[in-house]
Amino acid sequence: MKTISNILAEIRPEFDFSESNDFFEDGYLDSFDLITLVSMLDKEYGIKIKGTDIVPENFCNMVAIRNLLKGYGVKDDI
Amino acid sequence: MIFEYRNKKITGVLTIVPKNIRTFDEEMENYKADKARTKRLKKVMGYEQHRMFDDSVCVSDLAVFGMEYLFQNGLLKKDEIDALILVTQSPDYFMPATSNIVHGRLGLSENVFCVDINQGCAGFLVGLIQAFSLLEQPSVNKVALINADVLTRKVSKADRNSYPLAGDAASITIVESSSEENLIQGEIRMDGSRADMLIIPAGGFRTPCSAETAIMREDEEGNSRSLDNLVMGGREVFYFVQTEVPKLINDLFDRIKTSKEEIDWWMFHQPNKFMVDKLAEALSVPYEKMPSNIVTYFGNASGVTIPTNLCFNLGEKLERETYKICFAGFGVGLTWGAMVMDVGKLGFCRLVEW
Repeated sequence: MKTISNILAEIRPEFDFSESNDFFEDGYLDSFDLITLVSMLDKEYGIKIKGTDIVPENFCNMVAIRNLLKGYGVKDDI
Repeated sequence: MIFEYRNKKITGVLTIVPKNIRTFDEEMENYKADKARTKRLKKVMGYEQHRMFDDSVCVSDLAVFGMEYLFQNGLLKKDEIDALILVTQSPDYFMPATSNIVHGRLGLSENVFCVDINQGCAGFLVGLIQAFSLLEQPSVNKVALINADVLTRKVSKADRNSYPLAGDAASITIVESSSEENLIQGEIRMDGSRADMLIIPAGGFRTPCSAETAIMREDEEGNSRSLDNLVMGGREVFYFVQTEVPKLINDLFDRIKTSKEEIDWWMFHQPNKFMVDKLAEALSVPYEKMPSNIVTYFGNASGVTIPTNLCFNLGEKLERETYKICFAGFGVGLTWGAMVMDVGKLGFCRLVEW
C-alpha cells in the first residue's frame, strides 16, 4: 500500500512535502492537485472522501491529511 | 421555492450538439501546468473532448435549426406551439430577446408567447418551472422550451479551470398538458449574495468591453483570462455544490415521502465527472444510476447538459419506457434545484449534430 508521502510525491515529485506545513500556501499543491490527491487517496485506501471534506484545511499538511483519513477508518501509520 | 404541478408532461427532447470536436490532449499545450499533472487531471475530471460551434453560429441559429428539424420530421407542428421559452446566457443581442428573433425566423403566430430567461446550469429546471406555470393557463397546451448556449467563445483557452469543461449545445424540450395526473414535485433555491462565484465580469452595462477589459492576466494557479472571459471560483463552486445540493435533495425526498430507491435515473447537470461522482456518493446513489459522462464527450453547455444526458444516455429507451427521474441543476446565480417526475413514452428523444 502506498503511503501518503508516496502519493504526494507522485503528484509533485519536485517537492519534499516533509518540509512544508502548508502545501497550498507554499505552492506545493493547487486546487487541481487537491482533486487528484482525493481521487488517489479514495482509490488507494478504498474510501470515499466526502465532497464537503474536500477543503484545503484537510489537506494542507501531513498531520491534517492523516487526521482526515483517520476519520475514514484508515490506520494512522501511513 | 417549493413547487408542485399536475397534469403536465415532457413529450419530446431533441439535443443539438456541434460537429466540431476538440480533444483535451490537443489543447494541453495551452495550459501552464506540466503535462503529467494535467493528464492526471484529465482522468479524474473526465476531460476527453468537448464540442463547440463556429463563432458565427448564434443561439437563434441553433433554435431555428432544431425547431425546423422537428417540423420537417413530423415531430412537431408549427401551429401547435403556444409558447416558446428560451433559456440562454449567450443571447444574440441585448435587445431584442432572442426568443422573439426565433419567433420571427420561424414565422410563428402572433399568439405565441415568447420569453428569454437568463439562467445557466440550473436552466433546464428553471425553464421547466416556467413551462409548467404557463401550462396552467387554459389557452396554453404545448410549450417549446429551448436551452441553448454558445459560451465556449467567452472562456479563455489558457484557463485550465474552465476551458476543458466548456461546451456549446442546444436542446428543445416539448412540454404539454396531460390528462394523466403525473405529479411533478421539486424545489429550487437561490443565493444572489454569491453571484460573483461564476461570472463574466465585462460585457454588460456595468463594465462594458474595452481594450482594458481584454487584457489577459494570470492568476495564482497559472490560468490566464481577461475580464471579458468567464471566471469560475472552482474551489468555491465545488464546495457550494457538495454542501447545498445533497441538502436540498434530502429535504425534497423527506417532504415528498419518496425513497431514493424509487428513482430509476438521477439526471444531473454535469460540470465534471469528479463532482457528479461525489454527489452520487453523498446521496448514496449508485454511479450507474447517475451518469457522469457528458463533460467527457461533449463538454458542459450549461442548461443543456441535462437534456444531453437524457438523449445521449437514455435516448430510445425514453421513447419506449417510462422512468421516475430526479433532475438536479446547480450553478450560476447561485441557483440550485431538483425535480422528481415520471418521464417516458416520449415522441422523440434524440441527439443530432450540426
